[in-house]
Amino acid sequence: MDEETILENFRNELRNWLEANCPKALRDSAANTKNSPRQEDHAAWLKACASRGYTTPTWPKEYGGGGLSKEEHSILLEEIDRIGTHIAPVSFFGTSMLGPVLLEFGSEAQKKEHMPKITSGEIQWCQGYSEPGAGSDLASLQTRAVRQGNDFIINGSKIWTTGAHHADWMFCLVRTDPNAPKHDGISFILFDLHQPGVTISPLMLISGQSDFCQVFFEDVKAKAENLVGELNAGWTIAKRLLQHERSMLSGGMPGGARPSKKESGSQKATAPRSYLAESARPYLGEEGGQLNDPILRDQIAQYELDSLCFGLSLQRSGQEAKAGQGPGAASSMFKLYASEMNKRRSELVMSIQGASGLGWEGEGFTPGELFETRGWLRSKGNSIEGGTSEVQLNVIAKRVLGLPD
Amino acid sequence: MSLVLSEEQHLLKQTAAEFISEHSPITHLRAMRDTADPIGFSKDLWKEMAELGWTGILLPEQYGGSELGMAELGVLLEECGRTLAPYPFLSTAVMGATAIALGGNEKQKSNILPGISSGEQIVAVAFQENPRFAPYAISTSARPSDDGFILSGQKAWVWDACGADQLIVAARTSGEPGDRRGISLFLVEPSCQGIAITKTQMVDSRNSARIEFDDVIINSEALVGELNEGAEILDAVYERCTTALAAELFGISQEIFERTLEYLKTREQFGTLIGTFQALKHRAADLFCEVELTHSIVLEALRAIDEDRPYRERLVSAAKARASDTASRVCREALQMHGGIGMTDEVDIGLFMKRAKAAEIALGDSSFHRNRFAEVTGF
Repeated sequence: MDEETILENFRNELRNWLEANCPKALRDSAANTKNSPRQEDHAAWLKACASRGYTTPTWPKEYGGGGLSKEEHSILLEEIDRIGTHIAPVSFFGTSMLGPVLLEFGSEAQKKEHMPKITSGEIQWCQGYSEPGAGSDLASLQTRAVRQGNDFIINGSKIWTTGAHHADWMFCLVRTDPNAPKHDGISFILFDLHQPGVTISPLMLISGQSDFCQVFFEDVKAKAENLVGELNAGWTIAKRLLQHERSMLSGGMPGGARPSKKESGSQKATAPRSYLAESARPYLGEEGGQLNDPILRDQIAQYELDSLCFGLSLQRSGQEAKAGQGPGAASSMFKLYASEMNKRRSELVMSIQGASGLGWEGEGFTPGELFETRGWLRSKGNSIEGGTSEVQLNVIAKRVLGLPD
Repeated sequence: MSLVLSEEQHLLKQTAAEFISEHSPITHLRAMRDTADPIGFSKDLWKEMAELGWTGILLPEQYGGSELGMAELGVLLEECGRTLAPYPFLSTAVMGATAIALGGNEKQKSNILPGISSGEQIVAVAFQENPRFAPYAISTSARPSDDGFILSGQKAWVWDACGADQLIVAARTSGEPGDRRGISLFLVEPSCQGIAITKTQMVDSRNSARIEFDDVIINSEALVGELNEGAEILDAVYERCTTALAAELFGISQEIFERTLEYLKTREQFGTLIGTFQALKHRAADLFCEVELTHSIVLEALRAIDEDRPYRERLVSAAKARASDTASRVCREALQMHGGIGMTDEVDIGLFMKRAKAAEIALGDSSFHRNRFAEVTGF
């Protein structure tokens, strides 16, 4: 059988499987308001996706993944898209950050132990990186881990830990040699958060949300077998994981402008539109189809134009990397640009909405306005989390441009 | 189409880079400027480029062309941008070739196109009359006469008009300046009675002229395309040339960025390389991102024309706006980072800055194209 036939068979089999296994209530997501999905639907869909490894479609089968080739993966995404659903979500930190790092640096036992539980959705992960005294200067982290028999005993604190209050396990950077130069005394370790000595306090942000936590450790235990890579060699792993994080952040920002299918497809005849401009119409008014405020109109155009260029650059970088290299230093560029773009979009929306964008909650404002306002405040963190914009510029200067230290 | 170069395109890029840097390095432009060369480039070298298939790059094989596309033209223009090669690609290989190939009748095609492909015909397209680009603001008129037209009016900033073998003139045959309809194109010999071509000394040292048409009598065979429908042809000419300019601006940006980066790695002040200063590092990293983003949109716009995509004018405008802004910014930063030496004529930065400004303004600057981008996007 030639490759094309194999892929066609794969698609047909997949269609049948989706038809039989994807709960009706989870399809055609936007149109389906009558038949809103129940908890059981989500659970059944997760179970079905996980049984085939589709929650982590490209991971090897022996670690619970789907074992799909790039081509099969694209077919999976197309078919999922076709019926208007999404793959059941599992731990984001597991699939996008820890998993790839375990594949590269983990022991066979670690891969077998931890990856299937990410795929199945059994374990939610969080990332123990930043500390109160170690933000941009991450390598100066002070959380200590001391070997005691078969365990490491951990003391210290992590901050800005996204979703720690909903997480089961943490992958964590700890100092295992306080006397070595700062990059050489760090280890990468995994441990269970459900144990005595772990205190998790959500942090209230300016946006009124608390998706970040501070986590305190008092004689917390991590099994020695959960040390990933060599002792004191955690910084290399930490950096690699940050590359994965940057790639994820640059692709996932809400106005961070992933290339939309319409833009990247070659022969689409649908007229181009700007969601931002459309939403500005009621606020700015229009004359002959043109937004009334010429300066805001120009700013929206500049935003859309940059967003288009950014999407195309992501696309180009993907094509260039087809050779199969991991995300390179260019991930810094995309992380930088996506966060700055998202902040810019939010500022623009605030200008457009005028006083309608000043609501905090309750009546007098549309849900969309309230959402944008909270989003505006939240977006300020985009250029801080996952490495500040200044840190990304440093990385580009050093790794891409080769500028001297 | 992929946003990475194909093997053939890559090969073309290599050949172009080698040929242009050997035969038309930036010292070539300097020599043309300093000797006040009447046409600003070497006709012999243009013929050599013709032998490589470059002058007829957009033309069909039957007229001696190499029948490639905008993607390939972009590769050439990018290399021209890197050394500021002052060759008549835009006037002849893009505008002239496109106007005749799309609008000309068989006789006009066989009279003109083989000469473009062989490098023997230089064609200047006279469209602009006002300092700020407005595609249809044409008041030069062609009024009917017994067996043809009488052309009168003025054109300015006509590229490569000095020493040109043919002129293509956009003139109004009905309507008012600004109307899209009512423009007609004419193929005119520059030696015709009543035509006065006056060289203008431009900041970028390129061949450019004012042309006066004082009741020039032309016969009806000079009409290119349909009467009053010249904008149909003109739009295609503008579209290709705008995108070609974006490719050239991208080439300039790349070159000047690389030169500046090199300077940051070699220039010492305060006992250390200036590239160690974070104030400069961050700006360099930022410029790198701008250049990368520009690269993507330029590639996309070139390909969109080749693929004849609907709504591609959005991509073309985005490319020109982006490439103009990036080139301008990279040049300004390059000059600042070079310090005093950057202000001297001896160092090339000024030459790049001058050409970038000319290319930026040609066929609409970034605000013109942002406005058009918004229009096409429906706001």
